[in-house]
Formats: sequence, structure tokens, C-alpha cells
Amino acid sequence: MALNIMQLATMFADKNPGITQGHRLCPGCAAPNVAKFALMTAESLGYTPVVGLATGCLEVSTTIFPYTAWNVPYIHNAFENVAATISGVETAYRALAKRGRIVDPDKKYAFFAFGGDGGTYDIGLQSLSGAVERGHKFIYIVYDNEGYMNTGNQRSGATPPGSQTTTQPVGKKLPGKIQLKKNIVEIMAGHENVYVATVSTSEPMDFFKKIEKALQFDGPAFIAAFSPCVRFWRVNDDKAVDISKLAIETGYWPLYEVERGVYRITKKVKELKPVKEFIEAQGRFRNLLKRPDADEIIGELQEYITRRWERLHILEEATKDKPIR
Amino acid sequence: MPEVKNRQAVTGAQAIANAMRQINPDVVAAYPITPQTPVVEYFAQYVADGAVDTEMIPVESEHSAMSAVVGAAAAGARAMTATAANGLALMHEIVYIAASSRLPIVMPVANRALSGPINIHCDHSDAMAERDSGWIQLWAENAQEAYDLTLIAVRLGEHEDVRLPVMVNFDGFIISHGVEVVDFLDDEVVKKFVGEPKVKYPLLDVNNPVTYGPLDLYDYYFEHKRQQIEAMKHVKRVFKEIAEEFEKISGRKYDILDKYKVDDAEYIMIALGSTAGTVKYTVDLLREQGHKVGLVKPWIFRPFPKKELQELLNGRKAVIVLDRSASFGAEAPVYEAVKSALYEVSDRPKLGSYVYGLGGRDIKVDHIKQAFEEAFSGNINTDEERYLGLRE
Amino acid sequence: MADLKGWKELAIGGVIDKPSTAKEYQTGTWRVIRPVYKPENCINCMFCWLYCPDQAVEIEVVDGKPKMKGFNYYYCKGCGLCANVCPKSNDKLPEEKRAIVMKPETEFQD
Ligand SMILES: Cc1ncc(C[n+]2csc(CCOP(=O)(O)OP(=O)(O)O)c2C)c(N)n1
Ligand code: SF4
Ligand code: SF4
Ligand code: SF4
Ligand SMILES: [Mg+2]
Repeated sequence: MALNIMQLATMFADKNPGITQGHRLCPGCAAPNVAKFALMTAESLGYTPVVGLATGCLEVSTTIFPYTAWNVPYIHNAFENVAATISGVETAYRALAKRGRIVDPDKKYAFFAFGGDGGTYDIGLQSLSGAVERGHKFIYIVYDNEGYMNTGNQRSGATPPGSQTTTQPVGKKLPGKIQLKKNIVEIMAGHENVYVATVSTSEPMDFFKKIEKALQFDGPAFIAAFSPCVRFWRVNDDKAVDISKLAIETGYWPLYEVERGVYRITKKVKELKPVKEFIEAQGRFRNLLKRPDADEIIGELQEYITRRWERLHILEEATKDKPIR
Repeated sequence: MPEVKNRQAVTGAQAIANAMRQINPDVVAAYPITPQTPVVEYFAQYVADGAVDTEMIPVESEHSAMSAVVGAAAAGARAMTATAANGLALMHEIVYIAASSRLPIVMPVANRALSGPINIHCDHSDAMAERDSGWIQLWAENAQEAYDLTLIAVRLGEHEDVRLPVMVNFDGFIISHGVEVVDFLDDEVVKKFVGEPKVKYPLLDVNNPVTYGPLDLYDYYFEHKRQQIEAMKHVKRVFKEIAEEFEKISGRKYDILDKYKVDDAEYIMIALGSTAGTVKYTVDLLREQGHKVGLVKPWIFRPFPKKELQELLNGRKAVIVLDRSASFGAEAPVYEAVKSALYEVSDRPKLGSYVYGLGGRDIKVDHIKQAFEEAFSGNINTDEERYLGLRE
Repeated sequence: MADLKGWKELAIGGVIDKPSTAKEYQTGTWRVIRPVYKPENCINCMFCWLYCPDQAVEIEVVDGKPKMKGFNYYYCKGCGLCANVCPKSNDKLPEEKRAIVMKPETEFQD
């Protein structure tokens, strides 16, 4: 049964869904909502979340000693190892359950790992791949804000071409980053027996449904959440949802899932808007837009997005009812 | 003296794996690296055969091994790993996090030279690179000690006054692959000795949610470091208590320092690990020739046995320190620490620093004799590092 | 500000041994604009509640249904996202018809 907003509001009217107030993320940041949406779903379905965090904005801003903005068990270990860390926690759970040492054995435990794009696409990729390959029962959620934001907007493997960053700035000579964003969904879908999906807070019902699927999936799940950084994307504080909608409408962030090799687009868009609209809406592309080769760079991105969109439809068609295991 | 029932000829790796089998930890996460590999292999076989019901995580790297045992230990599990050399170096970042999170993880380390150039043989550069990480460091001379200290380590780390991870160092190949006679304790005896895991702030107590690994800034970080400093101060006392208990079940005596023929010794050599065996042999030879020589082998190197060494070495003619690792641009680690400790004694001995055995280079009786003889003739220099077995 | 404890008083390992301690931390001081709630225009759709990144939207359950109560200014950072997602507060609506109106903090005394 799909959750709706009214139900959740009724359930959480007087309690915190895992994450609490008093965190110090920037006003309007999307990251706390990614955590909130996921944990709210888990709790409303009767799960007790145990949370791991990779170093990054969500981690530093929620746990400045002696303040913690978590009301569920929480562990941060380092930047690149949240998946390995939660795999240890999840394994300990199985070991202690077997030996009768779980404090509250009747509860349904759900293990979550949250990492930024840096902690996921880049430095934490090995740890993530290992944990998923080993088949630990956990849900990994990358809140993708397309850069190392906690440390002041440095380039990551998730940064799109032309986006201003401090380690690959758009300069007088060089156009900044020209490489496309890594396709983390495909990388993760390349592991066996994994549920992989993209989500966005601008599509809450789709978000809840995918978390629900991930919780019920018999194996690890990887969820890529689009997570605008209002600060370094140079948009107004109230724009996280608007930008997310644009990302979906332009095909920049397609909403889909891959379950044991079966592709499904969960948000069909009749006609994609030009990606230029997405780019023009954000200050981080301002310098790109001033360059004489701007159209060329945006054109290449547009072509990639169009083809990827077509390809997704082909994959959906080709893999329909054909799980690889 | 408890009777010896289980005497077997085994390698050090087998002895440690057997200790792990008897401990039957909740979680083991490990990644193979020579010469630690057989420990993981033997233990994996125990898991596969149901000799233990440990949950084993076959991680994709040592970094993840340490990360996973940190997660498991925080969760409330008794967790172990094992490694060597480059594996330990790869763990380095998380080695510190394990200690600062006060997680009593036990990790046997088959000491091996750090790259580069890459080398698989014994020296102590791997463990020495972690000497300030906040881990307790125990050092074994042979397979028997490696077995015994692994059992003791479990109790030591989990003790309420300690709550620190423990590294059990055993020389790569020399101990890990050498076959020796080892007396094993009964499974039931070990089970009783290690007891149920003692946990603190278990993450999996969902009714009392805790936060591990917060951002700890200038207003609290220092206090947390001070707590770690304090915990180390309790280690020697607790170790002695546990060693006493261990003696009752095993008949084998452990202390902060292993002292060999030191009572009347004028010349004392200090060495860690398996080399101490060769030194003991040499001490006997030299004593036959009338030299008053002895050996001190620290069983614990972290915390550093400063007071014990001061008491023991004060007033001796000379102290010769053997180091199986170099500290580039500074004095070798054991020597530096011993020399610093002796600054405070009333009657300082002469001191000699000898680096030996890097990358598995053999240390022979003649080398040890040479170092002693240089001391006998007064030909040692506090400010000079010498090398045993090195070609000029 | 919590009183700064000495090393003997703190839980070891950097552990924060209680949940939710950040709720003591006031983030409302960051605010430069504030959302003002006009209940008469609200349809209780809960969008503001769902999207507030700081859980500063207070709601209650009345007859089994969630109802918007207002804002908790101890936490509200003034990002304006609630107003942006509110179906009854878009720019095209005149201010008096909106359920949430963003106003400069300077207009308020407290
Ligand atoms: C091993 C290591 N390298 C570098 C850092 C510095 N560092 C901390 S967070 C961070 C970037 C985090 O980026 P991301 O994962 O995208 O999270 P975000 O801050 O954007 O939310 C970096 C580079 C670190 N903590 N550890
Ligand atoms: S820098 Fe960006 S991602 Fe980080 S808290 Fe601020 S808005 Fe969020
Ligand atoms: S979003 Fe607007 S209409 Fe909906 S509950 Fe909030 S204030 Fe009322
Ligand atoms: S302005 Fe921002 S922080 Fe304040 S209530 Fe609205 S959404 Fe929440
Ligand atoms: Mg990021």
C-alpha cells in the first residue's frame, strides 16, 4: 500500500522521523528532507532505522558535539566507508540475533547508509561496491548535490559539465569541468541482486514507494536522491523543489528503477524541456553561460540527455518481465 | 599448575586462528595479506565447517575490514580482524577512529615490512607506524605467546577501565609460518576466561539511541583525547590482573616486561618479538663466557613501559636496544622511547642503538654478540645508530 | 549553550549518549525572512510540513486529520520553501489570499 502525505503527517505530527530539528544545514537545503523522507517511510511501515553517515554536509551539520539531530541509532565513521561501516553493523545485528543478544528482538531493524556524492561516486565507491556485492541487507542513499559541498564546492564525479567549482573553476581559458556526470545508477545496477532507483523530493509519492520497495527487497538497495545544494548551486533558499522538478522535466534526472535487471521509468515525461532551462535557472552555470563555447557544451549535454532518455525507454521495453535472476 | 592436555605442533597462524576459534567472536572482518593470510584462511574454514558461529565478512579491502569491525563493535559485537604491513597502512585512518571511539577490537598483526619497495618479510615498520594511534600493542615472541596474548587481549580491551582496541603483534613468517609446539587451553576454559562480551553504548540498543562519531570541535575534542590518555594509564594494571588470572588457567606467566637473566646483569639488551628468542640463546652463550648479560622483552609496547624500564635499567653498565624498524630522520622507535625514559634515572647506563632485520634480513647470534661485545668494550655511542647484518 | 563538561564527566569515545540533543539548539536566529501563517487561507494540504527542512512547521491531528498549526520560530531558518510549495501561496495570489506570507524579520520585535 502506497503511503501518502496525509497519513505520514498524522503519524509524525508529534514526533521526529529519525532526524530532528536543530541541525545546522543551510536554510532550504534538500539533504535533510532526503533523510526525513526515507526514515519516515521506514518508521511508518514499522521498521526501526539504524543510520550510518559518510562525512559530508548531512553528517557535520547534524552531529556537532554535544548536539545530535538524530533520535535513532547513528554512526559516522569516515568519509569513504559508510557502506563498510553499516555492513559491520548489519552483520553484528545478525550475529547478535543468532546469539540472543538483541535488546529488542521483536522490532524490525532497517539499516540505512547516507552518503554525499563525493562519499559515493568517488572516494566511497569501493566500499559501497563491496558491501552491495556481499549482499548485506541495507539501503544506501546518496544525496547527490553534485559536488563536495561541505568543504566548499569542489568538483566531484557527480558534478555536471560547466558547473562552477573551486577545484575545476570555469576560467578565462578553460571551461571548467567538461566531463559528464558518472552514471552511478548503471554502476550500481551492474551489481547482482540489487534494487536501484533514482528519487527526488519533488516527487514524494514516488520517493516513498521506492523506499518501501527497497525495505522489502531481499538484498541491498541503492537509492540516488537528487539533492539541490541551494548554497553552491547559487539559487534562492526556497528553490530546492523547483530545481528538482526542472531536473525531472528536462530529463536531467530521470526517475526510474532497476530491479534485478528490469528497468522501469517511474515518471514519464511526454516532452522533455531543453536542459538549458535547468542550466539557466542556476547561478553555478553563470560563468559557463558567459563563455563563447557555452552552446557547444550545453548542446553536448543535451544530446547525451536525449539519448539516455531514449535508451532508458528501450531498456524498459527490452527488459520488461525479464529479471536476470 | 594446570595439566597440559592439548600440546600440538602448529604454525603461529594456526595458533592464532585457534585462539579465534575458541573466542568465537561475534564478527570477524578480514582481508588476506601475506603473512597474515593463513590466519584468515584457517578461520574461514572454521566458519565454513561450523566450528564457530561467528559472522565473517569477506571484505574487499583492509580499509573496509577495519571500517566493518568498527561498525560491528559499535553495534555491540565482539569483533576481530587481522592484518599485516600494507593492509595495516591502508587501515590507518580507521585504526585511529577505532581507538578514539573506544572500541575494544582485537587485531593480530603478522608484522611485515612496509612498502616500498614491496617486501613480504618480517620487520616492525607496520606496527611502529601505528604506535601513536591509541591502540594497545602487545608483542609475542613465539606462537605460544601469540596464542596466549590473543586471549588476554580480548579481556584487556573490553575492561571497563580500558575500552581500547588491542593489536597483537607476531613476527611475519618467523612466527606466522614457523612450526612450534603450542599448549592450547581447553575450549571451555577459554570460553570461561574470555566470558560474555562487555559492551558499552551499543548502537543496536534502539531503545536508547546513541550517536557515534560526531563532529568534535575545539570545545570538546581535547577532552576526548584526554580520556584516551587516561585509559592508557590503566592498561598496565589491568593487564597484570588479567595475566594473573591467565596464569591460573595456563600456568604461563605474563607481565609488562619479560625479563631474562637480568638480576645481576650489567649489560641488558632490549628486543621485541621473536628476536628475543635468539637473544636469550646468545645471553646463555655469553654467560658461559662469564659476561653478566640479560634481556628485556616488552610484552607491551603501548602503553610504553617507562616506569618498569626505568626501575630495571637504572644503574646498569649499558643498555642495547634492538629495533626492527627505522625512523627516517630520527632515532629508531624503541630506542628513542628507552632513551627518553632513561633521561630521568639517577644512574644512567650507556646506550647503544642497533637497527636490524629490515625486510626480513636474518638476525644471527653473531650479530647479537657483536652488539654486546661493542658494549663490553665501551664502544657504543648514545648518539649513533648502528646496523646489524647490513652490507656497507 | 550547554555547559562545557570536563573530560571526567563526558561519555567516552565521543559518543553522544542521548538522542535529539540538537533540539536544544536554536536555529531560528539565522532567519532574515519569516513565514507568517494565515489559517483562513489554508487548505491543510501538509506540503509545508512535508518540505520544511527544519521541521519548523507545527501540526496537530484533529478528528484523525492533520491540521496546520503554525511555525516554530525557535527552529525556522526562513528559507521560504514552505511558502514556495504551498498551493495557496504562489506569487500570483495577492498577499491577503495566501496561507503563508514571507516577511522581513525586521518587521518583528521579538
Ligand atoms: C579521506 C578524506 N578525504 C577528504 C576529506 C575531506 N572532506 C570531508 S567531506 C568532503 C566532501 C564531501 O562531499 P560529498 O560526499 O559530496 O558530501 P556533501 O558535503 O556535498 O554533502 C571532503 C572532501 C575527508 N574528510 N576524508
Ligand atoms: S552547502 Fe549545500 S548541501 Fe551543504 S548544507 Fe548548505 S545547501 Fe546543503
Ligand atoms: S502548504 Fe499552505 S495550504 Fe498546505 S497546509 Fe501548509 S499553509 Fe496550508
Ligand atoms: S521558512 Fe523554511 S525553515 Fe521556516 S518554516 Fe518555512 S520551510 Fe521551514
Ligand atoms: Mg556532495
